[in-house]
Amino acid sequence: MTAGTLAAEGFRPARIALVGPPNSGKTTLFNTLTGGRQKTANYPGVTVERKSGLLKTPGGHPVEVLDLPGSYSLRARSPDEAITRDVVLGRQARETLPDALVCVTDATNLGQHLRLLLELRQLGRPLILVLNMMDIAQKRGCQISTEALSRQLGIPVVTTVAMRKHGVRDLLGQIDALLNQAPAGDGVTAISDWVEPSPDAIRAHHREVERLLQEAVVREGAPEHLTRQLDRVLLHPVAGPLILLALLFLMFQAVFSWAEAPMDWIDGGMAGLQQWLSAHMEESLLKSLLVDGIVAGVGGVVIFLPQILILFLFILLLEDSGYMTRAAFLMDRLMSAVGLNGRAFIPLLSSFACAIPGIMAARTIAHPLDRLVTILIAPLMTCSARLPVYVLLIAAFVPATTVWGGIGLQGLVMFGLYATGIVGALAVAGVLRLTLLRGDRQPLLMELPSYKWPNPANVLLGLWERAKIFMRRIGTIILSVLVILWFLSTFPAAPEGATEPAIYYSFAGLIGRTLEPLLAPIGFNWQIAIALVPGLAAREVAVAALGTVYALSGDEGAVTEALTTTLAQSWTLATALSLLAWYVFAPQCLATLAAVRRETNSWRWAAFMFVYLMTLAYLAAFVTYRVALALGGG
Amino acid sequence: MDGHGGRERQLFELGRLVKAGLTQPLGLMRPGGVGRILAVRSGEGDVERGLLEMGFVEGACVEVLHHGFLGRDPLAVRINQAMTVALRRGEANAVLVGPLLNRATDVEPTTDQESRPS
Repeated sequence: MTAGTLAAEGFRPARIALVGPPNSGKTTLFNTLTGGRQKTANYPGVTVERKSGLLKTPGGHPVEVLDLPGSYSLRARSPDEAITRDVVLGRQARETLPDALVCVTDATNLGQHLRLLLELRQLGRPLILVLNMMDIAQKRGCQISTEALSRQLGIPVVTTVAMRKHGVRDLLGQIDALLNQAPAGDGVTAISDWVEPSPDAIRAHHREVERLLQEAVVREGAPEHLTRQLDRVLLHPVAGPLILLALLFLMFQAVFSWAEAPMDWIDGGMAGLQQWLSAHMEESLLKSLLVDGIVAGVGGVVIFLPQILILFLFILLLEDSGYMTRAAFLMDRLMSAVGLNGRAFIPLLSSFACAIPGIMAARTIAHPLDRLVTILIAPLMTCSARLPVYVLLIAAFVPATTVWGGIGLQGLVMFGLYATGIVGALAVAGVLRLTLLRGDRQPLLMELPSYKWPNPANVLLGLWERAKIFMRRIGTIILSVLVILWFLSTFPAAPEGATEPAIYYSFAGLIGRTLEPLLAPIGFNWQIAIALVPGLAAREVAVAALGTVYALSGDEGAVTEALTTTLAQSWTLATALSLLAWYVFAPQCLATLAAVRRETNSWRWAAFMFVYLMTLAYLAAFVTYRVALALGGG
Repeated sequence: MDGHGGRERQLFELGRLVKAGLTQPLGLMRPGGVGRILAVRSGEGDVERGLLEMGFVEGACVEVLHHGFLGRDPLAVRINQAMTVALRRGEANAVLVGPLLNRATDVEPTTDQESRPS
């Protein structure tokens, strides 16, 4: 029985895996093939995304297309590449061996990309070679005889222009042909005789590729010029770093200025919802849970969605255009000084929006130790959840004056907080690399792809994925934590004739008051201690919690405004500075800890991160408080 | 290149070229420098395989395009005029580069427009 008939009889769709080196346009081809009918899930045990999509071929075969992580070789060097190897070999748990493989290569870089095809051909599975980006190759005057290549390799060869659906019909036709003849129930469930290619085997493949190209390439294309010219500027020893710095500056400016309007809308919407609920519901526990617990809490987190999306828009544009690897190139020497890889730059940059996607982006780092260090320092990058706290305290305690001829003092303090996080992260990385996570320096070996215009569909799909991840996190972890925290801060209710706000008598109050002696040396009063209990789940919740503790009411904007005045009156400068220092380091985000556990597959590293960040936070707050007191900030 | 005897002869040849000052490790080359890879050898097997997988293979043409701005590290190297790879000096030193001996298929990497006859 063939895969085709199997599928036609409704047993299961045929499974086709897309394999290809990075920068071969594989994902664009996948998007064109499957359109919106994609499904993203995780492979069990790891958080490598499993991207698949269903389609029907012209011949009527239902096909599940699997987009495997880009890989230069089946000799996997990173967790991503290991998934590609394991799926292709039928070793991946809960994943059957694909019925056919489609090897996607960049037609302008066949000399490098055909080597992976040779590795795949050795597996003896049904295989189709795709020469992608054929338009660019032709524009450079390159002519390739697909017939000769097909004859030499003994497999079908298709040319495509992934971005314009061009050649996709040919590819689907070849898949049809393959499914009509390839036996699916051939009994092969895994390939057991595969061995990692030795250096000499790789050399032999290179020679074979050269021979193939001599047979198939009718005319070589001219090398690309634009990338060379651009790199002359963008990788220039002086201009390069300056341009990178300017780009980052622009990016953060955009994150804060463009996000302002949508954040106001969300804020207004949530406040409206709260008012509507307050007006239309009976006074009850359920109302309290909905209004104070869920809407206020969810609103406090959803409000960061615009900032996160804008930051990711920049990151995806830079990544898709090919600039991100240049940034990694420029930063590598600086980062290798503390034992990090240049590639860590991308995850750390993402962490400025939110540490969770940053931690997930660390998957592209091949070496486990490099990857672990990157994950462990990612939460030190100032994520957008810290901002409400920073803004509140700076507004209350730092005068809005200018220093050194026109630089705003408030902005300067904000910059200082960002810088402290970065310097702290680099120091921690250096210390970890010298102590716990000692190991050889890992090679960089990174392709600098040709520049190209970002593909809008890819960027939009990428943004949609980030938004989904973020919203899912709100729907699961944050929501359940909010319910628990609401419970902790509502029960038991305040006794008759209570003089303090109700939260003082609740479990949260009890925990806060128990912690108070421990927090007194760093200048925290019982109000802060109580606010830190809900703030442990998500940093930004602390602002709302402070509002509750100081018994302020009204919508969020009014609370923040009133808080600014209240705090300025009731706290000392030393206490405020100490809390700011605490916030730079403290691991107050359960979702991040959960992400670390998932990515490292152990609670041990999540626990380690929690302890080391807590210790740093305490020390930083202690030193800040004592120094500020000594300088008269009491 | 194949077989034991071939490799020894090759190493002997390399020794002569090094003495004549015609070969150098890739890590010592300056931006603008071009050459042909004579050998890829590293104490660690994985570095050697990693280099080979990225296209640093005996016979390939290389051109050093850029250096990093600190300590002139890492390097950006164009291989066979098709792919640019960034690597650190340490790894680059496992690649031994000789002059572009005039093989019929050679390209002059400084004049990009010429296409390679095949």
